[in-house]
Amino acid sequence: MRIILVDGKGRERELEAVEGWRVMEIIRDHGFPIVAECGGACACGTCQVEVDPQWAAKLHQPREDELDMLDRNYGGEWSRLACQLIMTPELDGLRVRIAGIAVREAA
Amino acid sequence: MTQEAISTDVVIIGAGPCGLFAVFELGLLDMKCHLVDILDKPGGQCAELYPEKPIYDIPALPVVSGHELTERLMEQAAPFGPQYHYNEMVEELEKLEDGRFRVKTDGGLVFEAKVVVIAAGGGSFQPKKPPIPGIDAYEGKSVFYSVKRMESFRNKKVLISGGGDSALDWTINLQPVAQSMQLIHRRDGFRAALDSVNKMHALVDEGKTQFHLGQITALHGDNGQLTGVTAKGNDGSDYEIECDTLLPFFGLTMKLGPIANWGLNLHENLIPVDTAQFQTSEPGIFAIGDINTYPGKLKLILSGFHEAALMAQAAFKYANPDAKVTFQYTTSSTSLQKKLGVA
Repeated sequence: MRIILVDGKGRERELEAVEGWRVMEIIRDHGFPIVAECGGACACGTCQVEVDPQWAAKLHQPREDELDMLDRNYGGEWSRLACQLIMTPELDGLRVRIAGIAVREAA
Repeated sequence: MTQEAISTDVVIIGAGPCGLFAVFELGLLDMKCHLVDILDKPGGQCAELYPEKPIYDIPALPVVSGHELTERLMEQAAPFGPQYHYNEMVEELEKLEDGRFRVKTDGGLVFEAKVVVIAAGGGSFQPKKPPIPGIDAYEGKSVFYSVKRMESFRNKKVLISGGGDSALDWTINLQPVAQSMQLIHRRDGFRAALDSVNKMHALVDEGKTQFHLGQITALHGDNGQLTGVTAKGNDGSDYEIECDTLLPFFGLTMKLGPIANWGLNLHENLIPVDTAQFQTSEPGIFAIGDINTYPGKLKLILSGFHEAALMAQAAFKYANPDAKVTFQYTTSSTSLQKKLGVA
């Protein structure tokens, strides 16, 4: 199982994914600079990803608290919080890009 | 303006859970604390990010909300008479010749303390800026992240961006003074008090406020003065909105802020400390909670409490190098119980 992470320059990377893990955790554990300040509690909005439109329909609809976080973090039409996306076999091959707001600045 | 310095044992930067518990641990050692926080209330992230979310990993509290945890910590700290200074950001921290520290805030408060404890979590909360190219050039001239005086928006063509309580409250409150009021939000749902949502809809129905669905993508204007914006609708099409003032309300985010300028060693925006004293690279300045880092660090409130206890012992020794410390338990020590007001 894998996800495809597209970086700011459009380069693609395949990341090994584990069923039941959050997409945020998969990105973070592979060492990519995702902020994810609150650690996955849907409380900060800093793990925003843009989902490839072809994949968007396969995801569950965002809950109200996720919508709220996307509101407050300038979410676009295809934005989701990576901490609210949990890997299942149906999502094998999911394509996402870390949104600008969720990219950790270099120290 | 010269401000009389407040002399104290300890200045704690940050009134989140770790800062609050540090008051308790330092208080048992007779050290008096002043806390400074940029928010208008105690609790830090617990208060600002998740006041209503349940927390499950506080020992002996199977479930507690961020709000309740804050209240309980305040109660626990109260016997030691901490003084709280809200809406203040510590800007400067310098060591004095006598070994104490001078701490200055953006609001003009000055403290002189034997010890400084940085318990600032992720740094200071600041308004989230929408990622619109070139917005910096308009900030403070025609783009504002807060409303200090309503009168400064009189006869302005105001555009408010956002869908939470601040966005709706200011839409409703500024509409009567503004020349025109428009609101833009990425969806037709609002996470705000129902009463505010109803009031906003009523203003739209009466033609007093115009609502746009979409997201601002570009700003137009000259020399910091806005003349309009381009927005993208959910159907992907671009449209223009005329306005001379933009108020984005997207809540708060944490930035390291002035801490970076205090000459402390930093590692990826965190402050490295040792795990016996939780002292920074500058003796007498300690760092606890989410802001510090050390091998094996876990960003848990629980860890911050432990760090506060050990830090307090070290801070006491730093401030009183000749004093003998006898470690005591609150369960058995009459002297500690007197400090707690229970003996």
